[in-house]
Amino acid sequence: MLAANEITVTFGDRTVLDHVSLEVARGEVVALLGPSGSGKSTLLRVIAGLLVADSGTVSLDGRDITEWPSHRRNVGMVFQDEQLFPHLTVAQNIAFGLRMHGVDRAATSARVQELMHLAGLESLTNHDVTKLSGGEAKRVALVRSLAPRPAVLLLDEPLTGLDRELHDRLAIELAALLRATGTTALLVTHDVDEATSIADRIERL
Amino acid sequence: MAGPVDRDRAALNRRPSWLEPALAAAPAIGLALFYMWPLGTLLARVVQPGSVSEALGSAGLGGVLWFTLWQALASTALTMVVGFAPAYLLARFRFRGRGALLAIVTVPFMLPTVVVGAAFLALLPSGWHGTALAVIVAHVFFNVAVVVRLVGAMWAVLPTDLTAAARTLGASPGQLLRFVVLPLLRPALWAAATVVFLFTFTSFGAAKLLGGSANPTLEVEIARRATQLGDVDGAAVLSLLQLLILGVVVWWSSRWQRRASLQFGSGAAARVARARHERRFVAIAGVSTALLMSVPLVVLISRSFRLGGRWSANAWRTLGSSEVRPGVSLGIDPLASITLSLKYAVVAAVVSVTIGACAALAIAAARRHGALLDVGMMLPLGTSAVTIGLGMLITFDTAPFDWRSSWWLIPLGHALVATPFVVRALLPLLRSIPADQRAAAATLGASPLRAWLAVDVRHILRPLAASAGLAAAISLGEFGATTFLTRAGSETMPIAISRLLGRAGEIPRAQGFALATILLVTTACIIGIASTAAQSTGGARARRE
Repeated sequence: MLAANEITVTFGDRTVLDHVSLEVARGEVVALLGPSGSGKSTLLRVIAGLLVADSGTVSLDGRDITEWPSHRRNVGMVFQDEQLFPHLTVAQNIAFGLRMHGVDRAATSARVQELMHLAGLESLTNHDVTKLSGGEAKRVALVRSLAPRPAVLLLDEPLTGLDRELHDRLAIELAALLRATGTTALLVTHDVDEATSIADRIERL
Repeated sequence: MAGPVDRDRAALNRRPSWLEPALAAAPAIGLALFYMWPLGTLLARVVQPGSVSEALGSAGLGGVLWFTLWQALASTALTMVVGFAPAYLLARFRFRGRGALLAIVTVPFMLPTVVVGAAFLALLPSGWHGTALAVIVAHVFFNVAVVVRLVGAMWAVLPTDLTAAARTLGASPGQLLRFVVLPLLRPALWAAATVVFLFTFTSFGAAKLLGGSANPTLEVEIARRATQLGDVDGAAVLSLLQLLILGVVVWWSSRWQRRASLQFGSGAAARVARARHERRFVAIAGVSTALLMSVPLVVLISRSFRLGGRWSANAWRTLGSSEVRPGVSLGIDPLASITLSLKYAVVAAVVSVTIGACAALAIAAARRHGALLDVGMMLPLGTSAVTIGLGMLITFDTAPFDWRSSWWLIPLGHALVATPFVVRALLPLLRSIPADQRAAAATLGASPLRAWLAVDVRHILRPLAASAGLAAAISLGEFGATTFLTRAGSETMPIAISRLLGRAGEIPRAQGFALATILLVTTACIIGIASTAAQSTGGARARRE
């Protein structure tokens, strides 16, 4: 379903990705494991259309999307440091993707309610996102990216920066949430335990 | 870092008690004598019965106010639009020639208003002279730097991943701008718009040269009433009216900004454009910005070499003689204005650096009472130069304070305008000195006074040189206050330029452009040297930390 073929990325004279290929089937959760600096995040950015590769192609559902801009790809992404919009409330952050897709007000509201319930965020609707705890912010970032129902969700080290206990709890929640929504996902991590507890399959870079 | 220092516990190493009053004395006296008193005189003129109603009821005032307001709003709006792309370009991308482009964009803001006015007189067809459009176009050129600096600074710290997040959520470029970038930049946009509005509302030099008598701004009208019509009371009323309007704008805008401020942690580094559309944007925006910002100045220089439709250096050659043709004298000596301006610039720089350094050291040393002096020293910054000049004009004209015939009153006025900039440049440096530096000096055997000299005073010596350059540049280009204090036969460069360009005839005009070119090059050189000095000290500081 998602296929990255022979991706090469160089920055100056440094080759970050050298003819890397990867496939993810529909409904599958794949973990991409590798030490820091191995180009995992770079590969996600190429797939999301945030970074132009020097060569190689990306295809989704059999269509070549290599030249498509990010906002047309229907590829969601969870960033390492959440990247919540500081000028919007929790609910507005989650609704953002739906608004961009022109979903009407009633449907947006229903979808936001559903996701907030799913992630246990009901009490935070009108909260300021800059005042959330680490775990809350991660949950908001996750359901925000799920809201527009992306064909593929990319997760860039989504659980780093949390203490051990919260990390383990969120890993279980994340795995459950991805299964419950039937999301196709590609997870980047350097933590083998995290990869095995969340993913169906592990790839190494 | 240590907690708040208990006064009694630090008493052992206290500096001598005479130090702070001694430092504060000169700035305080200077401020009282040459700022507060003239402003008080101005106020006294206004409270005279009848003067307010007479001035406000005078014909044409409504038109002047309306023109001042709408040209300022239009200039501000246009500056924001024009400055947006260069702000993005310079904040987000690394490319060859970036430093040069930043300089090209920033320099016009530092140029004398008269030079900018002259440049647009040279550039625009004569049918445009005296029109609102000419004034607005010059204002945009002048203030693009404000947008690039203020909006760019905020843009540079917007995390790139935040916009990436919006794009992966399906935001098109237009939606990204509307729903993410503009809301996040709003505080900086407001700040920039306010600053540009204040500058264009109080515009004098460029407005006088380009708008002329057909389209006078409030400042130009104040000068006209005071110097041409002899209506000092009316001018005083308008000055205070303007001060009032500015106060309201500043208050209103600061309320808005406080409500809308957001904080970001670390910035995103500027990067090299990779995608094709980004590379195209960098090329197009870079080249068009460079052209937009350099063409007026290039045309100014080239017009000084044009006479009768042909290339000629005649205007330059005759710059030394005040005679246009045998027997026909201009009454203005361009070459003498250069030496006079340079002399004034040196005096103004010495005075404002001395006073500014004393003030900054006093403010930094006296923690509590420092705030009062701090605010006081900033007041001239919020007062238009025309108001300062008018105040001085009507204050120092009676014995024993009849200083209007003294040559030093003009450089002193320049110093008054420049000193706030010196204080603002030095204070952050002084406040960034770790207290333990003085403690280290003390444990090495330095007395409190010695430690202060070795650490605090030492710390600002080189920045002081940079501030001196800035003050000299301000003095060279000062036009507003000088207009009131100048006397026939001893014109500064900006006054001489404005007079030459006001004359009929090709030679005086070309001479005006030539003199403006000299002023342009001199100012640019001084700014260049000063900013290099400031940067090298900044670099040294960064390495030490």
